[in-house]
Amino acid sequence: MAEKTIEIKDLVVEYRTRSGVVQALNGLSLSIEKGKTLGLVGETGAGKTTAGLAVLGLIPSPPGVIVSGEILLNGKDLRALTDKEMDQIRGDAVAMIFQDPMTSLNPVMTVGDQIAEAIKIHEGLNHGDALKKAEEMLEMVGIPRERAKEYPHQFSGGMKQRVVIAIALSCTPGLLIADEPTTALDVTIQAQVLEMMKGLKEKYEMSMLMITHDLGIVAEICDEVSVVYAGRVVEHGTLADVFDNTRHPYTEGLFNSLPNIENQAEKLKPIRGLMPDPTDLPLGCPFYPRCDHAMEICRTKKPPKVYRNETHFVECHLYNEQNIGDKEEKWR
Amino acid sequence: MSNSSSPLLEVKNLKKYFKTPKGMLHAVDDVSFTIDRGRTLGVVGESGCGKSTTGRAILRIVEPTEGEILFDGEDIRSLGKDQMRRMRTRMQIIFQDPFSSLNPRKTVSETIAEPLKLNGIITDKGKRMERVAEIMEIVGLAERLYNAYPHELDGGRRQRIGIARALALNPQFIVCDEPVSALDVSIQAQILNLMDELQEKMGLTYMFITHDLSVVHYFADDIAVMYLGRLIEKAPAKELFRNPVHPYTQALLSAIPVPSIHNQRKRILLKGEITSPVDPKPGCRFASRCPYASSRCHSEEPQLKEIAPGHFNACFLNE
Repeated sequence: MAEKTIEIKDLVVEYRTRSGVVQALNGLSLSIEKGKTLGLVGETGAGKTTAGLAVLGLIPSPPGVIVSGEILLNGKDLRALTDKEMDQIRGDAVAMIFQDPMTSLNPVMTVGDQIAEAIKIHEGLNHGDALKKAEEMLEMVGIPRERAKEYPHQFSGGMKQRVVIAIALSCTPGLLIADEPTTALDVTIQAQVLEMMKGLKEKYEMSMLMITHDLGIVAEICDEVSVVYAGRVVEHGTLADVFDNTRHPYTEGLFNSLPNIENQAEKLKPIRGLMPDPTDLPLGCPFYPRCDHAMEICRTKKPPKVYRNETHFVECHLYNEQNIGDKEEKWR
Repeated sequence: MSNSSSPLLEVKNLKKYFKTPKGMLHAVDDVSFTIDRGRTLGVVGESGCGKSTTGRAILRIVEPTEGEILFDGEDIRSLGKDQMRRMRTRMQIIFQDPFSSLNPRKTVSETIAEPLKLNGIITDKGKRMERVAEIMEIVGLAERLYNAYPHELDGGRRQRIGIARALALNPQFIVCDEPVSALDVSIQAQILNLMDELQEKMGLTYMFITHDLSVVHYFADDIAVMYLGRLIEKAPAKELFRNPVHPYTQALLSAIPVPSIHNQRKRILLKGEITSPVDPKPGCRFASRCPYASSRCHSEEPQLKEIAPGHFNACFLNE
């Protein structure tokens, strides 16, 4: 069995606010093998970003509370660490790229100094050496080293995101969490940045958690994909499992909602209704109120995990013993 | 009255320049196109290409610097303030951000009633409210939301209010400026389907501005591609995707991430980024990033020419 860089088991996270308890993660599990990329896909409010923040120990508290579950980084339980020990890991073994490059950089610090900061902290270099390494990092992400002396406002959006990536990679983390890293960028720039990330990931044999709402990006850069709905993984598998053998009605709904330039349907088939209120989730399957295949059992009982093969599972009552979707398939 | 076979909107040599401390910013530079009745023109391009400014200049929300805008045969740039206000009942706009384009202190029904009241279309309050209820039903807003405020609603419902407000005056033409960009995909599909139905039912003509090429491919009849203030290629949607001619269009289309693992298309990666629209240098604006640029491209500006029926292109390569 391959070595797992990160493993999250049954993570439950709540935001306890004055207007109610938001159940952000409800037993989310995922794992990434060394050098692999997992896509975490879902819509606004599904809990994708919370999962990323949980790994870094950055869930704002209050109101956020990790109620239960395990987060294992290279087998080590991150939840058992002190704040000081966590500081050592953050930026070194795990780094995160945030969605908005416009707000994730310090406007009054040169980009060179910002990259050097992480290097100084984790590698104990002096300022001069750290700055030299920072310039190398800049070149690696395709920015001339002379520009290390410039400030963020002198860079375009795509360039800023490259700087953010340079910071994240400066200490060669084993795990990179990328939270919608190209959503704020134009498509031709997005293509450049994705291409670069793919190259760097291979070069450093990094594991990556790619948080995105875009199934196109998943198809391009990920090895496996987990579809998240209301704080749980409802379908997971390799790209071939999920893209070519889609089984969960929610995943199917996502695909049908997308205008696809390769295969144009006459009319889009949206998922009806809205995401459930996270302070008041349905008793049974969280997707039940929007599902076209909903049955009585879906309303009252949470669907268990069932496997189509070794890599592919869904949480859906359609595939339990009595209601097998396709008689040919063996679900366990 | 006007001839119904003539285009509803005709834009000729439209320019919008902004004075900036660094020089003249050419936001829209000599753009011409037409939109036929009941059709949808998709306008695509990346940030800063001038697509939104074009939409706003057509409605004279920003006053064009130069050029002609004929709406139903009438030159709207020659209209006075009152005449323009009356004209705007026929041409409306839907904005991108359903969170900031609604007045937070007005209820759903007040927001939709506002244009009817301001333009003196329905002066009787009771009748006005009847009409509001009717429009809410058309756009799929439940009656119980009549007195709700925008902050109580999700993005999809807010965008329905934006659409209802635009429809209240029974317009012929709507500029849709990134109407679904702020929405999740499942909600995006609901809104696109709604706009599609409304077009069919009410015979609307749309100018659909977006950066999302898959959406425009699905939604538009014709597509215009803009780059740094210039219109560089225009063609029927299917034709443009099947046979893109301008090197920028080719790169743009190849950059779309396709949600399929059997995608065989080859990606053309562009070098560098969009250059400055302030006092642009002579020559083609795409030349510095173009893999095929010759010396001519750096000195002379290519003009839009019809290369096949309905297919226009501005590039020396294919002349």
